[in-house]
Amino acid sequence: MESQMKLTPKEKTAMILDQLRGNWGYFAGALILAWMNTACNAVIPQVISVTVDSVLGSKEPGLPGFLQALLPLDRLRADPWAALWMAAGAVVLIAAVRGVCIFGMRVNMAKGSEGFVKKLRDSLYGHIQRLSFQWHTAHATGDIIQRCTSDVEVIRTFVCNQMVEVLRTGFLIVLYTGIMLVMNWRLALIPLAFIPVTGLASGVFYGKISARFQVADEAEGELTTCAQENLTGVRVVRAFGRERFEIDRFAQKNDRFSALWVELGKVLSVYWASGVLLVCLQIMAVVVAGSMAAVNGDITLGDFQAFVIYNSTMAWPVRSLGRVLSEMSKAGVSMDRVGQILRAEEEPDHPEAKSVKLSGDIVFDRVTFGYEGQEVLRDVSFTIPWGSTFAVLGGTGSGKSTLVHLLDRLYDLEEGQGRVTIGGVDIRDISREDLRRQVGLVLQEPFLFSQTIRENIAATRPDASDEELRKCAEIACVDEAIADLPQGYETVVGERGVTLSGGQKQRVAIARMLLQNAPVMVFDDSLSAVDAETDTKIRAALKERMSQATVILISHRVTTLMQADRILVLDKGRVADMGTHAELIARPGIYKEIYDIQMSSDDRALVEKGGEA
Amino acid sequence: MAAFDEKEYTQAFDWSIWKRLFPILARFKGRYLKMVVFTGFTDLLDAALPLFQLYAVAHFIQAGTLEGLVPFAAAYLAAILAESVLVIAATRQTMHIEMYLGRDLRRDLFQHLQTLSLSFYNVTPVGYLLTRITNDTNRIAGNLAWGLNDMVDEIIYVVSSFAIMFALDWQLALVVMLVAPFVAALTVYFQPRILDWNRKVRKINSKITGAFNEGITGAKTAKTLVIEDQSIRNFKDLTGSMNRSAVRAARLNAVYIPVTLFFSTLTVAIVLLRGGWLVKEQVMEIATLSAFITYAMNIFEPLQRMANNLAEFIAVQASIERVTGLLDETPQVTDAPEVIEKYGDAFSPKRENWEPLAGEIEFKDVTFRYPDGGDNVLEHFNLKIPAGATVAIVGETGAGKSTLVNLACRFFEPTEGQILIDGRDYRERSQLWLHSNIGYVLQSPHLFSGSIRENIRYGRLDATDAEIEAAAKAVSVDQVVAKLDQGWDSDVGEEGDRLSTGEKQLISFARAVLADPRIFVLDEATSSIDTQTEQYIQSAIDHLLRDRTSFLIAHRLSTIRKADMILVVRDGKIVEQGTHQSLLRAHGYYHDLYSKQFAEENAVKVLGA
Repeated sequence: MESQMKLTPKEKTAMILDQLRGNWGYFAGALILAWMNTACNAVIPQVISVTVDSVLGSKEPGLPGFLQALLPLDRLRADPWAALWMAAGAVVLIAAVRGVCIFGMRVNMAKGSEGFVKKLRDSLYGHIQRLSFQWHTAHATGDIIQRCTSDVEVIRTFVCNQMVEVLRTGFLIVLYTGIMLVMNWRLALIPLAFIPVTGLASGVFYGKISARFQVADEAEGELTTCAQENLTGVRVVRAFGRERFEIDRFAQKNDRFSALWVELGKVLSVYWASGVLLVCLQIMAVVVAGSMAAVNGDITLGDFQAFVIYNSTMAWPVRSLGRVLSEMSKAGVSMDRVGQILRAEEEPDHPEAKSVKLSGDIVFDRVTFGYEGQEVLRDVSFTIPWGSTFAVLGGTGSGKSTLVHLLDRLYDLEEGQGRVTIGGVDIRDISREDLRRQVGLVLQEPFLFSQTIRENIAATRPDASDEELRKCAEIACVDEAIADLPQGYETVVGERGVTLSGGQKQRVAIARMLLQNAPVMVFDDSLSAVDAETDTKIRAALKERMSQATVILISHRVTTLMQADRILVLDKGRVADMGTHAELIARPGIYKEIYDIQMSSDDRALVEKGGEA
Repeated sequence: MAAFDEKEYTQAFDWSIWKRLFPILARFKGRYLKMVVFTGFTDLLDAALPLFQLYAVAHFIQAGTLEGLVPFAAAYLAAILAESVLVIAATRQTMHIEMYLGRDLRRDLFQHLQTLSLSFYNVTPVGYLLTRITNDTNRIAGNLAWGLNDMVDEIIYVVSSFAIMFALDWQLALVVMLVAPFVAALTVYFQPRILDWNRKVRKINSKITGAFNEGITGAKTAKTLVIEDQSIRNFKDLTGSMNRSAVRAARLNAVYIPVTLFFSTLTVAIVLLRGGWLVKEQVMEIATLSAFITYAMNIFEPLQRMANNLAEFIAVQASIERVTGLLDETPQVTDAPEVIEKYGDAFSPKRENWEPLAGEIEFKDVTFRYPDGGDNVLEHFNLKIPAGATVAIVGETGAGKSTLVNLACRFFEPTEGQILIDGRDYRERSQLWLHSNIGYVLQSPHLFSGSIRENIRYGRLDATDAEIEAAAKAVSVDQVVAKLDQGWDSDVGEEGDRLSTGEKQLISFARAVLADPRIFVLDEATSSIDTQTEQYIQSAIDHLLRDRTSFLIAHRLSTIRKADMILVVRDGKIVEQGTHQSLLRAHGYYHDLYSKQFAEENAVKVLGA
């Protein structure tokens, strides 16, 4: 399947760069400010060193020439108070500069990363909306949602936290080791030797632990599933009296999960302790070796103290760098998963597609169609006169829904598969949006959005008046049911609100379609969950108030079918029969068979007798 | 019917809520003690480490000698090793507390949920309960382990650092001490605001997840309505507001950090000023000064963390309240103490005292309304169902067909009147006694993750494999099994989602057959199922109805016709009652329902093949 394809590293980079467009400035700004902050921070030990050695002590400061010139050393020595004020002032000044840097860095970082993730989410969402019907049919919703949420989060962490962290820490390490090398290269060999050890140990160790994390996470998943199944299946549990069994089962998973984490905690404790050990050892090594160097006169006291500060400032970040690098390796999978969506092709519309006001007979002309190698329709031809009511009867897999999907261009016919025309115009030459606006379609299992009922019905025309809204709801026989809801039309439905019954949902969806004011209306078995009585009422109201419309009905109900001007009987993708109700019951066939069964049944006789009585 | 609203908990600190946890916390007394000791010593050592540097400067560098370097290094190394070992010990204790405290909370909660009535489940979304069992317990345990540990850690570190500073130079220490409250105050000012913004950001974030959910699930519908652009615009609005709030939250943080940094640096500057003077005057050693600076720089971070942790720690109160609130829920249907005495409770039944159940059910002058209010749905209702009879309940979706079953199964109890089973009020026997005698097949069959075999065994836990297979064969589950690679051990997936609805239904039938109940309840599915499975299901139903008192919430004519007695429900009330023939002749509501249903089913039958 195309969605399983992996992206090359080049493609991944291109994808990230593409999403970064427009936010580069923020990232660059944040990084530069972060580096400035690090650099400023590196000055403080120098201030202390100079103060200790040259103000309190008597050594010539080893500063670069221009700084040296700025420093009125003689006067400072003569007036130690002034010197101390100056040192203290320098520390405060640096802190002020750092404060500005940190503020700027954080604000830039937030703008950059939020901008990046917004762009990524927006492009995903927009792209998904424009992907084909077929794509949506072929992909599991749960998986796609996961990619848009968890995987996006992983990518965001990768770009906005981990990449930046690596660049920041990298600079810190380079700058600090550089300074230490200049100060005393032999002493600097100690932190240099520790860098690979600490970083590698942390990375490798962390990589090892992450496998265990996964096991523990899975155990947590099992525990959650167990609780969830118990709660959703509470009736089954109670009816079988399985409370004890459930508690034991939960306890067992609960114990396993907790024990796994305690085991993981043991490994983690060693990981953390090893960090403390390595970092402290590095500091200790510098203190001991530095003392020896200072006693031998290789470095001054001030330099020793500055060196100790540089060394300890650097030690922890090196360790976290190891962990970050190890974590970063996981982001590739998420990029694959997100990239696959972004690379799927949007619904194409050829450039000359016209905007047409639909009018004229709908003609299916020798249509043969199938997907995934399975033929669904074979040489199907028929005409629906403009303004008539047309009914389709067919069993599961007869291809009746496909007819409707083709008419709405949810699927397109290719060359040699026949054509569908409306008023003589091939629908492939009509722009998709225009066509769909004029063909109102109620799907078999309609989806209501988690909004108010008003917003749902007014989805296609948010500016519709209350009157129009209610009129449509009345035709769909759902006005009363809505009025009975706690907040009437303002009741939120769907996942975050009130759950409607299947029949109510279908009727709201019908009202929504009616408000669309489309000249062609298609009901794809969309009254299946509505009882027969209401079904009749809805169709009567439709006939009365929308007599101009071309109506296509797909149904199992004979009472529904028989009122159409024409009935098409579809069997295994072929036209089995076509005609009016009277014509169809006058000749043998599926339609008549259904009718006959009803007529010959004893029960039917009983019903009719009851009806006469 | 209103949507279930989650309460917001933003009350001030309330001791009485925390007290509820004491009994559980008491189980970990020893662990807590060890945790405090190990963490405390870790921090003492951590606070003492800069003293080694001070010693090195004073005794080696300034004295110009390396004498005593080896014992010094040895002591230093020993301190480091000791600290590392202590870190391991403290971490393990804390982890132990976190995990087992969480486990106990989850266990108590889960166990309590098993006793709550179905009326509770009818009004409480599963997601809400699940969040209590997972997130809230995790948060409580995490905070009562790591939150406490961190606080101990910070307090001891700060206190011992101050102690050392006072020992080094009390005047300088006072300076640091004077600035510390400012930093703490800043944290106390900023933290709640930052937390508040973060909460907002999290809320919007979950809205975005919801929007993705909706945009993806509803994509096909959006397409047919041509509202993609609208939907994309709405989404962009949402991510836009996310962007603004997140940047706002970050900006607050971006101010807080430099400001506190500035204050702490100010302290260092003052120390440098005053200390430098003291050194110049030779009242103080340079080494002491530099050690002092180290302490002054290091002390502010733990101070900030302390204020931060305290805020987060208090925020856990909401979780505790939610969890204890759930533990305070009382079941609506309970067994009387004398009943429990004789028959045992749900967790330790006394099966030896259980009488066999024949299956005669009598509603005697029963009046009933649902506990969440509304009208009486039954008034002075009388009905006697002989053992082994089949009762069908028909009516439109949402008409209230489940009420009688809910009462007969004692998921709810009558508001007035009695329900007698085998001539005795069913409240004289335990719920488990009745439930163990009921087989229940739901409209949307519920399976548990695990194999087919395990799912069938749910009906009778001590059944042998042979018995399971026999039960399965009786309702044609063997046909389903034959198609699967792993056979009986095939995993059915989460809630059985690897199987079709028809297959799930058959397995739930097998589960009921194995249980061999005296009372059988079938809530029949309306969904269309392929003809073959449909036939299997029909014969499975025949098998199950034999010799049992049965309730059928039925839709199919074939099933309805089998009933000895039909009850017709409309708008929550029983409007007609009789046999199939007598009801048709009465030419009432049943007649209507039946004729419409009839036309449809036959059409499907012809087309379906």
